[in-house]
Amino acid sequence: MLTALSIMLGLAIALGLLLGYAALKFKVDGDPLIAKIDAILPQTQCGQCGYPGCKPYATAIAHGEADINQCPPGGDAGVRALADLLGVEYKPLNGEPKPKSVAFIDENTCIGCTLCIQACPVDAILGAAKHMHTIISSECTGCELCVAPCPVDCISMTPVAETPENWKWKYPTIPIVPVAHQG
Amino acid sequence: MNAIIQFTQKLNGIFKFHGGVHPPGNKSSSTQAPIADVTLPALLTLPLRQHVGHLPKVKIQVGEHVLKGQLLAEAEGAVSAAIHAPTSGTIVAIEEAVIPHPSSLPDYCIRLQPDGKDAWVAHTGQDWRNTERSALIQSLTGSGIVGMGGATFPTQIKLRTDGKSNIHTLVINAAECEPYISCDDMLMRERADGIVQGVLIAQHLMSAEKVVIGIEDNKPLAIAAMQEAVKNTDIQVKIVPTLYPSGDARRLVYLLLGQEIAHDKRSTQEGIQVFNVATMLALHRYFDHGEPSISRIVTITGNVAQPQNFEVLFGTPVSHLLAAAGGVGTDTSHYIMGGPMMGFDLPDANVPVTKASNCIIAASPGLFPSAPPAMPCIRCTRCADACPVSLQPQELYWFAKSDNFEKARDYDLFDCIECGACSYVCPSHIPLVQYYRYAKSEIIATDKAKEAADLARERNEARLARIEREKQERAQKHAERAQGAKKAAEKMVAAADSDQAQTGATADEAKKAAIAAAIARAKAQKEAQAATGEAPKNMAAPSASVQQEIADIDARRAAVGLSEADSPAMQDADKQAKIAAAIAKAKAAKAAAQTGHSATSATSAVVDPEKQAKTDPAIARARAAKAAAEASKNVSELAAPQLTTTASADQEKQAKIAAAIARAKAAKAAAEAAKIAATAGNTDDAKE
Repeated sequence: MLTALSIMLGLAIALGLLLGYAALKFKVDGDPLIAKIDAILPQTQCGQCGYPGCKPYATAIAHGEADINQCPPGGDAGVRALADLLGVEYKPLNGEPKPKSVAFIDENTCIGCTLCIQACPVDAILGAAKHMHTIISSECTGCELCVAPCPVDCISMTPVAETPENWKWKYPTIPIVPVAHQG
Repeated sequence: MNAIIQFTQKLNGIFKFHGGVHPPGNKSSSTQAPIADVTLPALLTLPLRQHVGHLPKVKIQVGEHVLKGQLLAEAEGAVSAAIHAPTSGTIVAIEEAVIPHPSSLPDYCIRLQPDGKDAWVAHTGQDWRNTERSALIQSLTGSGIVGMGGATFPTQIKLRTDGKSNIHTLVINAAECEPYISCDDMLMRERADGIVQGVLIAQHLMSAEKVVIGIEDNKPLAIAAMQEAVKNTDIQVKIVPTLYPSGDARRLVYLLLGQEIAHDKRSTQEGIQVFNVATMLALHRYFDHGEPSISRIVTITGNVAQPQNFEVLFGTPVSHLLAAAGGVGTDTSHYIMGGPMMGFDLPDANVPVTKASNCIIAASPGLFPSAPPAMPCIRCTRCADACPVSLQPQELYWFAKSDNFEKARDYDLFDCIECGACSYVCPSHIPLVQYYRYAKSEIIATDKAKEAADLARERNEARLARIEREKQERAQKHAERAQGAKKAAEKMVAAADSDQAQTGATADEAKKAAIAAAIARAKAQKEAQAATGEAPKNMAAPSASVQQEIADIDARRAAVGLSEADSPAMQDADKQAKIAAAIAKAKAAKAAAQTGHSATSATSAVVDPEKQAKTDPAIARARAAKAAAEASKNVSELAAPQLTTTASADQEKQAKIAAAIARAKAAKAAAEAAKIAATAGNTDDAKE
């Protein structure tokens, strides 16, 4: 009886120590799910989901506070990827995805107030106080956060033009050819 | 039977790859006539994008006259190629124009108007056998030579030996497997010696031990010419059976060497480098004659009167070539650049020939009947049998059609060479390659978006970290400053405790000194104003009431007709009035001094009795007013007895004026007194 008890107690202590050690040794910093969700989000940091950036939205999704269909820049594919990852039902996107655009500063109108620089979440605006600002278009995510703060409305969103470099082959379709009337 | 064929081929050192198709060649029509030159077109259009990699940097300006072979744009970045003037002439524009590209989109082009002289820039060959290899490859960057087979990869990069990969075998691709195209065939027939020279240069540059030229057996004349040309060299000419797509680099390597190159490796990692035969001729021309890449052989065939091969300057419009080939048939529907299997439709016939253009086919419904409508896939796997890369085209089609790109990638979509063999054999006429191209470009776009997102995340995180850091730094600075202020205060308190009286006395003295300094400053300022003759500010801009008063006085003066030279009596009166005014002023000052005296007893700090006398402005003002009134009375009293009877009225007026002046002066004095009193009051406040 006593032997059995001591064995069980000993086992409990040994396993408890082992588990405790493992918990310390293999501790995972941060929530890996948040990182996984964040990897799917398009990182425009636009706040259209109602959260102040992609990471906060990812955190909210991971905690079950936000829906998966609140990210218009991610598009339908983004919602599907999130649904796949989280094992939940696909939901139609809340909002319309816009064509990829980048901000453009009309440099004749810009007064150099730096308000847009402070608003840009990815530091894609170059300039200094009382000096003309300009967009680093390769870094611009098209979040439109710089448009509202501009006191002189000199920022506009320009859709990215199609060039031979970024041109994509289209989905094969059967061309409809007009046929002459018979008789 | 197949086994026997394969066995005999192995005996010949030929290894058959999987799949492949036998489309009708249609090459003989364009090989009847020798390579012809074309006349200079009216305008050459040179797209900057004629190669894989970065756009070159334009080195000329609009309006500049250039010579044949002159550098127009130099290679920029690691993967880039230069562009040279194909003939002498004037640069008329650098603008966007439609380029030969499946997208039919415009891109930057240099427009050159030939002057008809075709004058060469100074150029000489190099002694490449006795020159440092790295220098040769460096100079190749300025040659503009790219892979002429269609891949258009800059040649200097392919020839560069980085030490890691030791190239032991050079494969020269002369298979030219695609139907209709015969430019390499004609090139070998006519310029075999030049090609061999080029091959020797490449062999020298890469120090390759073995060189194999692979030619399909449907070009017997080219084979004969090449075999003749390589006689005194160790170059090997191998005949490969006609089978599409044996011209693909990896297929040809397997055909000639029996070596498969793993799908995630390059042939250079296995020590094998592949060049097109036309690229070798370009190398020979550059190193032996100093001629950069400015022209190529182009097959003009299909629905034209005389299908033929032409030596064409880059930038020549396709329409010009079609005219040179005797014009197109009336039923021509469109133009294909490249072969019928892998080529693409041109947006129109005005696009220029580029470094990649090996063939232009005028298509007609007779030659290329439109494909019947695509039927559903019946999973017959004929495409899988034909696929030279041993893929599962039917699966790839399925995934691409349903936008299941991840799955398509898993099925090695990116190993597809888009040869079109699957579409060719498909009994349902499904445009399979189009689906693969679509899926590929979608995946590439998604990957790029992912890269951009990762970059954006990185930048966003960096920004947030920076903001946080700045916040902390600010908070730290504030804390430090607060601590510093506290310490200083403590120190002061301690000092006050130990030496309170002394500190108080010194503080008083310091304050007094400060006041004295301020007064001295004010005086100095006043003196400076006087010295420069500058009117004091209150005179420069008098108030409305003062102005009114001045105006009144002036008006009265004018009415009286007063002038200094009027009469001695008047002068006297004036003088007397002045005296009266002076007396009044003195009285006012005295009165003010008296009031000041009474105030002085109340205040402890006495510096200047005169100044401190005017502490109480109200009293001073009152006294001054009284004094002024007395003065005016005095004036009239004084003036009255001396008045002559005739001028009595005038005198009276003058007296009034004098009184008014006295009043004004008194008021001024009072105002000054008030001002000083105010400062005195302030200093008193400060003292307390």
